Amino acid sequence: MTDQAYNFAYLDEQTKRMIRRAILKGVAVPGYQVPFASREMPMPYGWGTGGVQVSAACLTPDDTLKVIDQGADDTTNAVSIRKFFEKTAEVAVTEKTSEASVIQTRHRIPEEPLTEDQILVYQVPIPEPLRFLEPSEVETRKMHSLEEYGLMYVKLYEDISRHGEIATAYAYPVKVEDRYVMDPSPIPKFDNPKMESAALQLFGAGREQRIYAVPPYTKVVSLDFEDHPFDPSKAPHPCALCGAEDSYLDEVITDDRGGRMFVCSDTDFCAGRRAAGFTGEMTNTRPAPVDTEAMA
Amino acid sequence: MQTAVLDGGLVDPARDAAFAFRAALDALSRPGTIRQIDGAEAPAPCSPAAATMIVTLCDPTTPLYVAPSHDNEALREWITFQTGAPFAAAIDAVFAIGTWDALAPLGAYAGGTPAYPDRSATLIVEVPVLEAKGAVLAGPGIETKAQLNLPEVDAFQANRAQFPLGLDFFFTYGNRVAGLPRSTRVTEG
Repeated sequence: MTDQAYNFAYLDEQTKRMIRRAILKGVAVPGYQVPFASREMPMPYGWGTGGVQVSAACLTPDDTLKVIDQGADDTTNAVSIRKFFEKTAEVAVTEKTSEASVIQTRHRIPEEPLTEDQILVYQVPIPEPLRFLEPSEVETRKMHSLEEYGLMYVKLYEDISRHGEIATAYAYPVKVEDRYVMDPSPIPKFDNPKMESAALQLFGAGREQRIYAVPPYTKVVSLDFEDHPFDPSKAPHPCALCGAEDSYLDEVITDDRGGRMFVCSDTDFCAGRRAAGFTGEMTNTRPAPVDTEAMA
Repeated sequence: MQTAVLDGGLVDPARDAAFAFRAALDALSRPGTIRQIDGAEAPAPCSPAAATMIVTLCDPTTPLYVAPSHDNEALREWITFQTGAPFAAAIDAVFAIGTWDALAPLGAYAGGTPAYPDRSATLIVEVPVLEAKGAVLAGPGIETKAQLNLPEVDAFQANRAQFPLGLDFFFTYGNRVAGLPRSTRVTEG
């Protein structure tokens, strides 16, 4: 039931039209950051105001919404955004990737391949991939218009000369449709190959007031060098709970004596595998009892 | 003022516009697919699809060019009452509505600037028939290839050659819409 004190999907119609026009231009020019008049939302900047505004402009009452934060459906940010749209946009909600028609995400792409009937909305903190290399918006805008991305390659090269490899592990820059260099938001580089997807991907940066898009089946190439090819690496472990070898893992510290476990960051993927009978080395185990004598 | 201008708007503006936008978004992000879009009824010769596009996307901040094919008093009054969009010459327009012949030439519209390619016009083209055959489309939004009966091919190839500048198109017929962003590569079918 909608809270009638608010318009459908919270935002007023004039605002939604403005956001919708920006989304359409973003789709027409993949990877280009379209400026939009971002509104204040009932949550602080940095908590997904951009993604929420894009979702609000896209949702219909027929949609089923899933919200994830670092892959998890049950974190504070994900739960509160899901409740927000349940209340204001009459949408059904789910934690299952396959059942969702719109998925708002912070910093992950679900493990399960997305379909043509889905829209993935990213929350983006800093949309400009060149910002930490060139602080001036005037200059970065000029660099994008001239397709002058040499500075980004210098940065990746300096990574190699300093660390022996490209040390950028998240927000790894991509080139979209052979034209714009784009920040994929702080997803792990493990997720970069998934950006060539059947689903429409929309990106919203609330504080920075930018919207951009990657249409389905758009060419998305992670920047690299011939002799240092892109490597979508992950922690070299299977999931401790479901045994998955091919999913992105979170490292969880389990005690203060060096104990740790690696578990799927995508909670729905991991739960689905466990329900199907897959097990990992720590399935059905309990944390070791705290050694009170050692603590004393 | 005739009462016709008061009729034909969206019955449930927030929800109807949400469905209409999703149809338009789907059409533009998957060039060649044809989606149903309706809810608004404008005076002739404007189709329900074009009328719905206008009330969903236009407002007082978006200058609209009405091409000669659609330029009549009743439609202008309807657009003014329903959206408040100011009427403008082609070069100043954010949106344009008309038949393909009436909208030509495409050089009359703003195609954006290198710094701001989004500052370009979106053309709502009323077509006599809309079907998934004819010109072959490829590019973002298309897995292998798609087809759409475009009014011609050369104009869209010239538009693609300007990428990332250029115009974006919606084709409307009855209650159906198809999209063609500037990123699509068009060849003869």
